[in-house]
Amino acid sequence: MNVVQPFEGIGASVRRKEDRRFLSGRGQYTDDINRPGQLYAHILRSPHAHARITGIDTAAARAMPGVEAIYTSADMASVGGIPCGWQIHNKDGTPMAEPKHPVLAEGKVRHVGDPVAVVVATTRQQARDAAEAIEVGYDVLTAAANLAQAQALGAPAVHDDVPSNLCYDWHIGEKAAVDAAFAQAAHRVVFETTNNRLVPNAMEPRSAIGDFDATTGEHTLWTTSQNPHVIRLLMGAFVLNLPESKLRVVAPDVGGGFGSKIYHYAEEAIVTWAAHKLARPVKWTSDRTEAFMSDAHGRDHVTRAELALDKDGKFLALHVQTQANMGAYLSTFAPCVPTYLYATLLAGVYATPAIYAEVKAVFTHTVPVDAYRGAGRPEASYLLERLVDVAAKQCGFDKVELRRKNFISTDAFPYQTPVALQYDSGDYFSTLDQALETSGWAGFEARRAEAKARGRLRGIGISTYLEACGIAPSAVVGSLGARAGLYEVGTIRVHPTGSVTVLTGAHSHGQGHETTFAQLVADKLGVPIAQVEIVHGDTAKVPFGMGTYGSRSLAVGGSAMDKAMDKIIAKGKRIAAHLMEASVEDVEFERGTFRVAGTDKTKALAEISLAAYVPHNYPIEELEPGLEETAFYDPKNFTYPGGCHIAEVEIEPETGRVQMVNFTAVDDVGRVINPMIVEGQVQGGVAQGIGQALLEACVYDEAGQLVSASMMDYCLPRAEDLAPVSVATHTTLCTHNPLGVKGCGEVGAIGSPPAVINAVVDALRDYGVEHVEMPATPQKIWSILHRQQS
Amino acid sequence: MYDFAYHKPSSLAEATRLLAADPDAKAISGGHTLLPALKHRLNRPTALVDLSGISEMQGIRREGDALVIGALTKHEAVARSSEVKSAIPALVFLAQHIGDTQVRNRGTIGGSVANNDPAADYPAAVLGLGATVRTSRREIPADEFFLGMFTTALEPDEILTAISFPIPEKAGYAKMRNPASRYVMAGAFVSKGKMGVRVAINGAGPCVFRQTEMEAALAANWSPEAVAGIKQSASGLNSDIHGSAEYRAHLVSVMAKRAVQSAG
Ligand SMILES: Cc1cc2nc3c(=O)[nH]c(=O)nc-3n(C[C@H](O)[C@H](O)[C@H](O)COP(=O)(O)OP(=O)(O)OC[C@H]3O[C@@H](n4cnc5c(N)ncnc54)[C@H](O)[C@@H]3O)c2cc1C
Repeated sequence: MNVVQPFEGIGASVRRKEDRRFLSGRGQYTDDINRPGQLYAHILRSPHAHARITGIDTAAARAMPGVEAIYTSADMASVGGIPCGWQIHNKDGTPMAEPKHPVLAEGKVRHVGDPVAVVVATTRQQARDAAEAIEVGYDVLTAAANLAQAQALGAPAVHDDVPSNLCYDWHIGEKAAVDAAFAQAAHRVVFETTNNRLVPNAMEPRSAIGDFDATTGEHTLWTTSQNPHVIRLLMGAFVLNLPESKLRVVAPDVGGGFGSKIYHYAEEAIVTWAAHKLARPVKWTSDRTEAFMSDAHGRDHVTRAELALDKDGKFLALHVQTQANMGAYLSTFAPCVPTYLYATLLAGVYATPAIYAEVKAVFTHTVPVDAYRGAGRPEASYLLERLVDVAAKQCGFDKVELRRKNFISTDAFPYQTPVALQYDSGDYFSTLDQALETSGWAGFEARRAEAKARGRLRGIGISTYLEACGIAPSAVVGSLGARAGLYEVGTIRVHPTGSVTVLTGAHSHGQGHETTFAQLVADKLGVPIAQVEIVHGDTAKVPFGMGTYGSRSLAVGGSAMDKAMDKIIAKGKRIAAHLMEASVEDVEFERGTFRVAGTDKTKALAEISLAAYVPHNYPIEELEPGLEETAFYDPKNFTYPGGCHIAEVEIEPETGRVQMVNFTAVDDVGRVINPMIVEGQVQGGVAQGIGQALLEACVYDEAGQLVSASMMDYCLPRAEDLAPVSVATHTTLCTHNPLGVKGCGEVGAIGSPPAVINAVVDALRDYGVEHVEMPATPQKIWSILHRQQS
Repeated sequence: MYDFAYHKPSSLAEATRLLAADPDAKAISGGHTLLPALKHRLNRPTALVDLSGISEMQGIRREGDALVIGALTKHEAVARSSEVKSAIPALVFLAQHIGDTQVRNRGTIGGSVANNDPAADYPAAVLGLGATVRTSRREIPADEFFLGMFTTALEPDEILTAISFPIPEKAGYAKMRNPASRYVMAGAFVSKGKMGVRVAINGAGPCVFRQTEMEAALAANWSPEAVAGIKQSASGLNSDIHGSAEYRAHLVSVMAKRAVQSAG
């Protein structure tokens, strides 16, 4: 009997179905896949940030054992450049600069790690040995290694066709309204900050295998991707000129992405192309060092913001000027990150009536920068939530009251911000109150005094953040420059005996979709989750999909599944009406049972599906057999999770070490399907947020060398760097998707960094410290204290 | 990594012969320094001589008023040794705080001391206790052993077999770790006993060194306050993205103070 245990449906903390596979080492990751006759590719990368290639001599390398082929850009002349998926327009209406992004460097290298040549050999070691024997002549040029260098007078151009290094100069909002408000303001508060560059560091490094079947003409690419259909589209249409029907892209188990595996990377095209050329499968797997210099990085903004307040502390206007580092080439979604995923978020949870933001995106001789967990929204929330704290301090307001005073009121939804977005729902007062309560905000001063007696400086920091996810309405993003739609696809296949297979275009790489999505089916169709199979990550199995990023899987992918289930129910009702000799209008459905309203006549879903596949007694004249439905869901709006994060830290003044002591998160992520998974997502995001705030910094020196190129120098958070993270939710439903869900994948990384830095600054309140840049390392804190003391 | 020949001798004599016969061969103990270097292709030995089968280099024992630790002793073994705990508890503390569980279960005291990484822990104890390094051919006092960054008095075919630590009256160790690598950014090992008063500083400079000003101050007055006020000069200290020379110099005083505190 398909009677669902109620605890498996929406709201149940069921254990993750996929964990048995992952925890017992039986996951199938790309590098676990080996094809008969497989060769290995090694990519020779540039050791220089900027150089002209004067020659590439591969003769010695070609003669080395096991070498099958060596390719440079000359061999790949027929291959297109890597496309960018989003076009931003300048203030004057002209399109952004979009220089070519070749698969292999053409004439010049533009960042340390830029691919120069490919060696394909029988073993990985042989490929690597031969790569060392390739002689590349470099004429080393001065590099523009950071935003300041790239915009200095006479700066070296990253691309000859973009002499200014300016990708775009974009704006949003009403400048005149902002200027007018500033003229009236009682207080003007300026805040300048850098949002530190980060390296995502998913646990599984990137990997790709290309294969070609000469008998069918079909290409297959296995790749560590968050969105195999998008890769098929971009690589097929723009790079290799292959029809979708002859290109299959599989993203099997993927060990974390955090955004870095959204993009189409050169190595995917290289192995697919080389496998065709050599008629042998070709595998490439990154090592960790390679990942540091070839996976897209995140963040890297320099910003000046100014806030106008009236005498009572009401926000009147906000003016933001940001420079965003694009790196050497435009990665797939790079241009939209500091614009539509950042500047549109600058209202935050506040009813600021006028906002004007200007963003300059700049090319530098560094690894491309693109979306990393939160993508633009962490930069926005960090800026705003630090700015509000600075304003409270400078103008003498209580930092909590100043926030409360400016919150968008709970009855103001839908709320139109001055920067394009329309929030559908939220309740910022409740998340704030709950977090204040849980964190023991009121009792903090006693804890600070107790810490002081131990020689520690204790601080508490708050962030009341908002984000926009569940991306995105296709028509809206299309008008903003997206070159793709952002709907999602779901197929529900009810088998003859009533078990269910779900095909989804979303991709799970740690999120627990196999569980959460099964719970949706359990809840609506009454099928136990053990009988629900979630299929994703293979363009040959799933009709289409836009993948997983921007916390969209449930809000968009889940909604598509919900719509497909509606179609299943509608068809099922017609079959049930036939079997029970009732009219369709009289048939009700609830959790697995069709019932003639007001009677005890029922049919289980399994009886209906059996009739659908064995249509002996069936309305065959008017209804096709089978019980399988597909729905495309295009969201009507973004979703707007938000909430309150409170961090508590202690600083050891002698060493400058910051110790997290407590962290409270109260988030509104809409309806919660699986509270345990939500808790895990928030905790993981908070860990990365604490990493950004206290530990992580991707450092290039002035010459463009990547100084933090390994875990020896790039500091990822370890368990002991974190504090207990208390996670709670306070729900207001999303009003425009059928599930009422908002998304929880990024809130942790978006809300936490400003809470942590606000706590650090609070800890230093007796030292006249206004601001501490991220990451707040021991050396940095010590230098501040040392300067104040001397 | 590049190809290499692999030998696993069972005696010191055989290991010495293998190393002497091939100047490009290298000894390997726990491999936790050498293997990462090989994987990164930073090192290209013709052969590896695996010392782990040599029984003469194993074991922890008391020899009169010294504690002798065989070169192959893993960090974890020192951390758990009751022999070490009763003789030199500061050494147990040091071993417990090297790297992580995996590292402590592979890395050896001999490999660490022979390697003389400026940011390693053991060199501070060897110098700070005035230990004697025993090798396949001689005994070398700590003061003559550590010559510079990754450089020691060992000859290429000379094998470190054990370290003999004089048991002190008091000893203590404190360090500040590099946030990313967790190696030492600045550390101090202090001791008092028949070797006199010794203060060895690791992590801060290119090679572990004795802080003689602090030694004099502690000889006059063994107390944390005696060293807290002594400023280490930043000149010649290491500087990187995690810690400037000035910051490291500051940490030297803080760690010396804490080391004395922990020594009691
Ligand atoms: C992730 C990580 C973290 C670490 N963190 C720390 C830390 O916090 N503190 C710390 O002190 N260390 C740390 N280490 C280093 C670790 O302690 C090493 O194991 C140790 O330094 C070297 O010991 P080994 O036995 O592994 O030597 P190996 O790697 O085998 O050898 C190192 C060098 O010494 C030579 N050698 C080895 N044994 C002998 C011998 N008996 N005689 C002569 N020469 C010899 C080898 O030829 C080689 O050149 C870390 C290592 C890793 C991988």
